[in-house]
Amino acid sequence: MRIRDHFIELFQTHDQVTTKEEAVSRTTKLLDSLGIGGDRIDDYPHQFSGGMRQRVMIGLALALEPKLVIADEPTTALDVIVEAQVLELLKQLKEKHSLTLILITHNIGIVAEMTDTIAVMYAGHLVEVGPTTDIFEDPLHPYTKGLLESAPNVLHPERSMRPIPGIPPDLLNPPSGCRFHPRCAKAFEPCPVREPRLVKRDGRLVACHLYD
Amino acid sequence: MPPLLQVSDLTKHFPVQGSFLEAMLSRKKDVVRAVDGISFTINPGEIFGLVGESGSGKTTTGRLLVCLTQPTSGEIRFDGEDIAKASSTKLREFRRRAQIIFQDPTAALNPRMTVGQAIKSALDIHEIGSNAERREEVLRMLERVGLTPSEMFYDKYPHQLSGGQRQRVVIGRAMILKPEFVVADEPIAMVDVSIRAQILDLMLSLKKDFGLTYVFITHDLATANYFCDRIAIMYLGKMVEVGLKDEVFKSPKHPYTVALMSAIPIPDPKHKHQRLIPRGEIPSPINPPSGCRFHPRCPSAFDRCSKEEPGMTKISDTHYVACHLFNSTPSS
Repeated sequence: MRIRDHFIELFQTHDQVTTKEEAVSRTTKLLDSLGIGGDRIDDYPHQFSGGMRQRVMIGLALALEPKLVIADEPTTALDVIVEAQVLELLKQLKEKHSLTLILITHNIGIVAEMTDTIAVMYAGHLVEVGPTTDIFEDPLHPYTKGLLESAPNVLHPERSMRPIPGIPPDLLNPPSGCRFHPRCAKAFEPCPVREPRLVKRDGRLVACHLYD
Repeated sequence: MPPLLQVSDLTKHFPVQGSFLEAMLSRKKDVVRAVDGISFTINPGEIFGLVGESGSGKTTTGRLLVCLTQPTSGEIRFDGEDIAKASSTKLREFRRRAQIIFQDPTAALNPRMTVGQAIKSALDIHEIGSNAERREEVLRMLERVGLTPSEMFYDKYPHQLSGGQRQRVVIGRAMILKPEFVVADEPIAMVDVSIRAQILDLMLSLKKDFGLTYVFITHDLATANYFCDRIAIMYLGKMVEVGLKDEVFKSPKHPYTVALMSAIPIPDPKHKHQRLIPRGEIPSPINPPSGCRFHPRCPSAFDRCSKEEPGMTKISDTHYVACHLFNSTPSS
């Protein structure tokens, strides 16, 4: 399918009256704003590089002027320089269209750079939710702390890449109580027995028996 | 100490398969210049990082170093011997001394072979020890790479293991012949973030035990900085900069290295990025740009860059860069 047809289909599905000409002119404008020449509207996806393809995907997500965009690992398949370009583009678009962005990622560096609020998940549960700066400064949940310390940091290599012991949980047969307890250095009596509730603490939410 | 590995002017070109009609009409064959004239040495006991983006030629270089593919031209000397010209007996010995750890442990392991068989087959091929001794050796290795109880893991199939455990099997298989030289191609890229550091720590402790020399291939600069002693930056089949880790990270010289460094996401929300991101993406290695291959994207490019390919300029005894900005004497 040509890039043109992706967009025509999208516009016509959601807005029956849009003519092909209108859809094409809207697409050309949109592609221009994403740093792709509007003249590439007749190209096929395989004619684009990885970064350009991701720009087209962002265009498809923004075409209907949504309020909320969910970006699922938007740069995981990209190299570091192209990743930086795409993140820069996402930041600009977010400002320009006053978007709310849910960014799904495993890259701690990208979380730090892009987000205002973080929700940390482990084995299907939320373990901590709060403002990004607070969580990086003082992570409450032992898993959050472990995750931050396991990330590589070029500026402070000596403070990075500390592993979390054990292996990721089997979701068919998750651990009892707190799902992180088999890997947690601070686990005590209630952890294998009772599932911790998400409680308020220092302006955040945390699910850990240490704070309940 | 003489270098363990000496690479000179190594190239690897892959022919491009065109359509039948194209082949009939033109005699000129296109080639992908995956590795296009690189030279470097690796010293015994060091961890040498090959860093670059997709298409830079780092994986092809890694495969050439362990003789999984033959070079188009150039030389790889391992312990003084050119491995491309080695006799089959010598090559067999080389294959015991040099091993590779692959990126994707799921693809690297035969799904129908148990973990024990997978590791043991290397001992079978090289006919080391009796059958019972081989089994003992494999059990010891399973223990060593952290797969305990080893008796239980011996009979497991790859699909019964987690990603991290599978990568431990791949590492165990590479180590069972007690190699001296190991190429690790993105060994943690497919592993869960929380246990990447476990795998790197395992590799470091094995290096101590066996006195290993590693080539560590990665696109992740932050990991390279944590793990490597020396780093080479590759771009489009060329080596653009090589130096000790601190030289390359603290004072990068090549504009491409500078751009790469500034692009790394920093896990600190208070860090202010000063980004120098070049426009566009890495061009095709079929028709690479003339002169310096980075010149169309380089913010500091001048006349000479599109005309003349830069050679390596010495910054210090250990730090070299291939950029005209640092070489004022024009070569003939």
